[in-house]
Amino acid sequence: MEGFWNIFQAFSVVLVIGGTPLLFATLGELLTEKAGHLNLGVEGMMLIGAVAGFAAGHFTGSPLLAMGGAFLAGGLGAMIYGFLTVTLRANQVVSGLALTMFGTGISSYLGVNFIGQKMSAEISAFFSPVAIPLLSSIPYVGRVFFRQDPMVYLGYVTVALLGTYLYRTRIGLNLRAVGENPGAADASGINVDLYKYVHIFLGGALCGLGGAYLSVVAVPQWQDGITAGRGWIAIALVIFAGWNPFKAILGAYLFGGLSIIGFYFGNYFSAWNISQNLIDMLPYAVTILVLTASSVRKSKEKGAPKALGVAYYREER
Amino acid sequence: MQAQVFVKMENICKTFGNVKANDRINFDVHQGEIHALLGENGAGKSTLMNMLSGIYKPDSGSIQIHGKEVVFNTPKDSIEMGIGMIHQHYRLVEVQTAKENILLGRKGPFFMKGAHVSKDIREIGEKFGLPVDPEKKVYDMSIGEKQAVEILKVLYQGADILIMDEPTAVLTPQETRKLFAILRNMAAQGCAVIIITHKLHEVMEISDRVTVLRKGTTVGTLATKDTNPKALTDLMVGKTVDLAISRPPVERGRVLLEVKDLCAYDMDKVEVLRDISFKLHAGEVLGVAGVAGSGQKELCESIAGLYPVASGQILYEGESLVGNSPRDIIKKGISMSFIPEDRLGMGLVASMDMVDNFLLKEHHNQKGLWLKRKPIAEKCAEIIRRLEIKTPGVHHPVKQLSGGNIQKVLIGREIETNPHVLITAYAVRGLDIGASHTIYDLINEQKEKGVAILFIGEDLDVLLELCDRIMVLSEGAVTGIVRGDKATKEELGLLMAGEDLGMEVAQ
Ligand SMILES: Nc1ncnc2c1ncn2[C@@H]1O[C@H](COP(=O)(O)OP(=O)(O)OP(=O)(O)O)[C@@H](O)[C@H]1O
Ligand SMILES: [Mg+2]
Repeated sequence: MEGFWNIFQAFSVVLVIGGTPLLFATLGELLTEKAGHLNLGVEGMMLIGAVAGFAAGHFTGSPLLAMGGAFLAGGLGAMIYGFLTVTLRANQVVSGLALTMFGTGISSYLGVNFIGQKMSAEISAFFSPVAIPLLSSIPYVGRVFFRQDPMVYLGYVTVALLGTYLYRTRIGLNLRAVGENPGAADASGINVDLYKYVHIFLGGALCGLGGAYLSVVAVPQWQDGITAGRGWIAIALVIFAGWNPFKAILGAYLFGGLSIIGFYFGNYFSAWNISQNLIDMLPYAVTILVLTASSVRKSKEKGAPKALGVAYYREER
Repeated sequence: MQAQVFVKMENICKTFGNVKANDRINFDVHQGEIHALLGENGAGKSTLMNMLSGIYKPDSGSIQIHGKEVVFNTPKDSIEMGIGMIHQHYRLVEVQTAKENILLGRKGPFFMKGAHVSKDIREIGEKFGLPVDPEKKVYDMSIGEKQAVEILKVLYQGADILIMDEPTAVLTPQETRKLFAILRNMAAQGCAVIIITHKLHEVMEISDRVTVLRKGTTVGTLATKDTNPKALTDLMVGKTVDLAISRPPVERGRVLLEVKDLCAYDMDKVEVLRDISFKLHAGEVLGVAGVAGSGQKELCESIAGLYPVASGQILYEGESLVGNSPRDIIKKGISMSFIPEDRLGMGLVASMDMVDNFLLKEHHNQKGLWLKRKPIAEKCAEIIRRLEIKTPGVHHPVKQLSGGNIQKVLIGREIETNPHVLITAYAVRGLDIGASHTIYDLINEQKEKGVAILFIGEDLDVLLELCDRIMVLSEGAVTGIVRGDKATKEELGLLMAGEDLGMEVAQ
């Protein structure tokens, strides 16, 4: 039993790390969807952020510039999508898929010379775990949540900020109206297009941070396609979270855990004769289950923003 | 002293594609007046008002507000000039509360502090007689409450020019009376109020002046006290029209539809239909009166096979309909058209053209793999001519038509199927006088052909003039069935309120 507990604790620590890139990407997509835009380019924006962050860290040696670069690059990537869907009113699904392809391609291209390279020691040191006084001495919880790297903490802060922003501020209120009923928002004097652009940018920037967390902090070396499909899981997680940032953190950690469960509990599973393939399947199987379960959910409040995916023209009716 | 001119619109033009919605329109409104805007469906009333609220941009022409020349690029510019518009289709965020909707787009501290806003909302509400619970979600509200929120929102913006696009089309007579009191109150406080309505008695009752539009042009502006409904209609249509509704005597045929002890429950297990029984004969119009939400919708849907029946029977020529699929019921010759409050919500696919909307109902009757559009297009063209639908053509998306014309498409389609039983609910909601009479004529024409008609209506005068018998519903139960030529408005009113007058059931 002692052995299991130790493994469980170690597993929990890594689960938070595995969940953090998902968390940033989920929050980014959530913010975008609140503005009524379904951006399927999450995977692409994460990859753009990952390569930009790695390059910035590699060339400048500054951890802050690495993250700042990833933030900016993710946001700029999203602006391509924003221009297509807000100004040109192109189909959102197609534009998002195009962004994913673009991001995958450009990250491979720019990352070619980084393959196998590691982040510098200074940057890794900057992003090494920091214990938070008092909180970190709580049994189990302290070890798992409060002895982590700064980006994990930034994740917590982002959740709290986003929750407050969406539900406690006027801008958040206006933003939710833009996603629910742009006609109503427009008639209330809200600049719908501006809201869309700003939040598509911020959403992409958060996805960029998620990608850079992988390349700069968690791995931390460059691999081609480093996000490995996490962008798609993030899109599903937004639905899982019911468009609520506080639930997004649960979802992100749950999926972070599922993706490493085989690694930590492999011995137990083989003792119980559970095939490794089944375990590897878990995150995807659970994604399907979650999406099915949440699509039968009827509540008016927890659903997608009503105008999600619909272009808005003022003069159309 | 001449009252101040609040709004002056000159030579306003606006075209959509090849539709000239507004053609050199002149329009002005003074402080403290209630100004009615009148015109047939598609005359361009909503278009003109949308230009005043910054939703549409005029192609040419000038707008002066409070004597100042303005150009509105966005609704925000218009709000800042003190203009507030309540749209024909409400613009509210359903999942937000009244308070949140009112706060949308308003300036103020970055963090919302709810308490004083709620207080402000209550205060304005009390001042104008608009009781609104600031914390109530819009999706939980009745139509009347939603409208109150829209009005409060505009007042909270500090508007002194209020535009209401067909506010009464979906209100009960009681709610309308309350609304008018509020509007008078606002005018008395120095606001200018513009109201669009198709109900002439409302124009006569509420307005000080009235501007009539016809086919996108201004026909004239009159002082209400110098005119009358007949003159206004003639101006609006451009020719003399007869406002009487006829009730042609028709030899009543056998019972086509019989409903016996029908009961139904809604999702919360509340009884919505209670022991409803009536007989509907071939060649008669049976009216259904009742306060909105008395079970009219559930009754229609039960007969059409769209609503679960808990107990009781629905017999068509002696054969039970309960448990049949909606399509089987249509095949038997029972057709239903329900005009919902938002008009587009039921029965038509907004983005499709007229032909495809007709095909939705017709394709079962076509043989072979491919859809045949040509015969349908011809039929549509015929209906456009007969119902005088204003549309550029049969292939124009339905949602771009004016509200009233959308409705004619819906009713035209139902009649086109040559039904034996025709159920129509709120058929003239939002229709102009001319169009309403076209619909009444169509119903009479069907009746003369021996069709049994269930006519769910709102306007008691119309019910009394058009229907052979009138069934009154109150809270899901039948409180009386009376003869159209014998009953009075007062009797209907009492029955609608649920009073038992001990009247004999008219057979
Ligand atoms: N956004 C739009 N796109 C295309 N056509 C439009 C649009 N808005 C209005 N129209 C057309 O302009 C004409 C005038 O429409 P409008 O809605 O102003 O009529 P209305 O007088 O308000 O009629 P109703 O009483 O039926 O509401 C109609 O023929 C309509 O089809
Ligand atoms: Mg209109």
